[in-house]
Amino acid sequence: MPDTTTRAVRRRFRPTAATREAVAGWLFVAPVVTILGLFLLVPILMALWVSLTDWNGQGSPFLAGVPYVGLRNYTRLFTEDNLARQDFMTSIRNNFYYVVIVVPVQTVLALGLALIVNGTRLRGRTFFRTAFFFPSVTSSVAMSVVFLFIFANSGAANHLLALLGVDGPQWFADPRGVLHLLLGRIGLVDPEAPPAALTGGGPFGLSWWEWLSGPSVAMATIIMLVIWTTSGTFMLMFLAALQDIPVALEEASMIDGAGRWQRLRHVTLPVLRPTLFLVLTLGLIATWQVFDQVYVMSQGNPAKTTLTPAYLSYQTAFRDFEYGTGTAISFVLFLIIVILALVQRRVMHGRADRPRLRRPAWTRRS
Amino acid sequence: MRCGNLRNAALRLAVCGMVLSSAACGGFGDGRQVRQSSGPAALRILIGSSGDAETTAVRRAADAWASSSGNTAEVTPAQAIAQQLGQAFAGDSPPDVFYVDASRFADYASVGALEPYGDRISDPADFYANLRTAFTHDGRFYCAPKDFSTLALIVNDDLWKRAGLSGADVPTTWEQLTSVSERIKAGGIVPLVIGDTHERIGAFMVQAGGWIISPDGRRAVADSPENIRALRYVQTLLRNDLARFPQNLDAGWSGEAFGKGEAAMTIEGNWIEGALRADFPTVEYSVHELPAGPKGKGTLAFTNCWGIAAKSPYKKAAISFVEAMTTVDQQLAFARAFGAMPSRRSAKDAFTREFPRDTSFVNGAEYARGPVNAPKMESVLADFDAGLQQLARAAPETILKRLQKNTQDALDD
Repeated sequence: MPDTTTRAVRRRFRPTAATREAVAGWLFVAPVVTILGLFLLVPILMALWVSLTDWNGQGSPFLAGVPYVGLRNYTRLFTEDNLARQDFMTSIRNNFYYVVIVVPVQTVLALGLALIVNGTRLRGRTFFRTAFFFPSVTSSVAMSVVFLFIFANSGAANHLLALLGVDGPQWFADPRGVLHLLLGRIGLVDPEAPPAALTGGGPFGLSWWEWLSGPSVAMATIIMLVIWTTSGTFMLMFLAALQDIPVALEEASMIDGAGRWQRLRHVTLPVLRPTLFLVLTLGLIATWQVFDQVYVMSQGNPAKTTLTPAYLSYQTAFRDFEYGTGTAISFVLFLIIVILALVQRRVMHGRADRPRLRRPAWTRRS
Repeated sequence: MRCGNLRNAALRLAVCGMVLSSAACGGFGDGRQVRQSSGPAALRILIGSSGDAETTAVRRAADAWASSSGNTAEVTPAQAIAQQLGQAFAGDSPPDVFYVDASRFADYASVGALEPYGDRISDPADFYANLRTAFTHDGRFYCAPKDFSTLALIVNDDLWKRAGLSGADVPTTWEQLTSVSERIKAGGIVPLVIGDTHERIGAFMVQAGGWIISPDGRRAVADSPENIRALRYVQTLLRNDLARFPQNLDAGWSGEAFGKGEAAMTIEGNWIEGALRADFPTVEYSVHELPAGPKGKGTLAFTNCWGIAAKSPYKKAAISFVEAMTTVDQQLAFARAFGAMPSRRSAKDAFTREFPRDTSFVNGAEYARGPVNAPKMESVLADFDAGLQQLARAAPETILKRLQKNTQDALDD
């Protein structure tokens, strides 16, 4: 694409050509614009309208009789003390812990795997690449079902734990929060009788104790599944970036006397930064939208500890016929994702310039 | 400049697309008055089938009705009937006739999706009274109950004998249930497996004289002393390991745990017979009425009705179809095909003669309570279930107080 100055110059001197170019351009993109508009933009706008109404799912939401309620569907998710808010906040809490664990772990794991299978010393690299990538190309529903078997109360996981003399938990039936269990284990609080200061109250209708539950054991199982399946995909991205690093760069740093760790820290990672940003962003978006694992494995149970906003939105709309609230939830989720992605971009960009100006330590040494 | 015009044109195109698609999505007609088509009807029937046996039986019955009445009837088994109906109503093209679960009935009736035809079917008083109540909204009897089931106590005869118990030991009161369970537990067997939802534990609330909403359906009465008493009793069973939830026995539902011989008793409906026959054919069991609580006998009823869409263009034909599906003979034919219990009282004797083991289930019809008949209760009850899952640890008062508040909110809404 010509940059703006040359375009402006051209326009001044040869307007017909520029116009022709523009028309041709629009013509070429017209199919995509139409398809995206019709199947993406228009439905989103329609959903936005539904989120402002009390539509009960009878007939079209665009008829005169559909009650317009303004922002009420949104305010009842935040300000009114009712079940809708409680469910929504519970789902936000669950998903928050899910994101906080899944995104860093899967990123580090993916990077680690990529470094391993990129190394020249490993034998049978192709085999391991395929093996690590395999979960990513398998249907998530099939994987979920396999996990259901592995983590059944008398499944493989608990048999393995039994060999080690550990009495495994009832994975998918266990609503206890992992953080609660940890706090109980180190003797800080008694999970059976939490301190009144924490149960007394808290923001948005959930007590502090409920906010601080951590993911439930059931959710932790889903977390394990997701980390296992997605790290393969991201490994592939890291691997592609790693193979783009010129050998000369590595050799130069070796000549400069950099050790393995220094090379990773000051050569490999800075080059990988764009990929890291991509992986983190994709991870963040995907984890806030987790749906199929919940749908297949737990339907929000036990005790709502695997309820996520995406699943709650679906359930509210199609099972309770509260289409307004359901779409409102999905728009709030959309906002959360956009804001977090922007914050992340700011953070990563802010860091991007500084380290390059500073000379790496090993070159300063001599 | 030109570019700007083009951008405007694109915008206009997008707006046009939006208007067009919204028109296509719903149409601009007002759905309140639906024109009735004359001539032969082409009925679309959506059923939430329990399996191939039911689908085949309903198809056969529908074909018979179609050929004798000169109409056509197409029966489709649904994958997930609640979602499919929700989408069909939203798309303005609902099937003419469909199953309506009693627990969802009020949701459909309150938004005007159902045709209130109940009194236009022959001899409506013949349907069990509590089934008619389950399908009554604002004083109008909406739709004819298809069939029903109730909860009963299912006893594993082998385990029963192994625990040194006889037929005379089958508990008829809560006290006996406790004492019998203790004897079974002493023999190293799990006494009772019970589903962790209000659809099972709720039976104890009925036996204690409580329920979630008042009989007129206007007030929440969830935190009554009767309900607290019922949940305390179940909590005692759970805490003393006299009862377990199926998840704790590594089963998807009680029937599976019972079939595997993990527990001596369970509380389920007559669907367990088909499941045991299919998956655990060697299990010997007997069926008994549930033990009575402080306020007498009580159980829960589950039922579907033949809903007719308010927007159907073939209402007359649809009613004639439902009429044919709810005759005594047809209900008995369904019973033979897939074990459904007839919703007409006049079919009871013939049914119990043919299926003596189901007598305890049918007897429950007299004192059974149907699902909560109020709209917007699904998420409230799901929340209650989440509370019940923690019943062994949590205080019944807290669980019920939360249910009370949420129920009242839903009723006021």
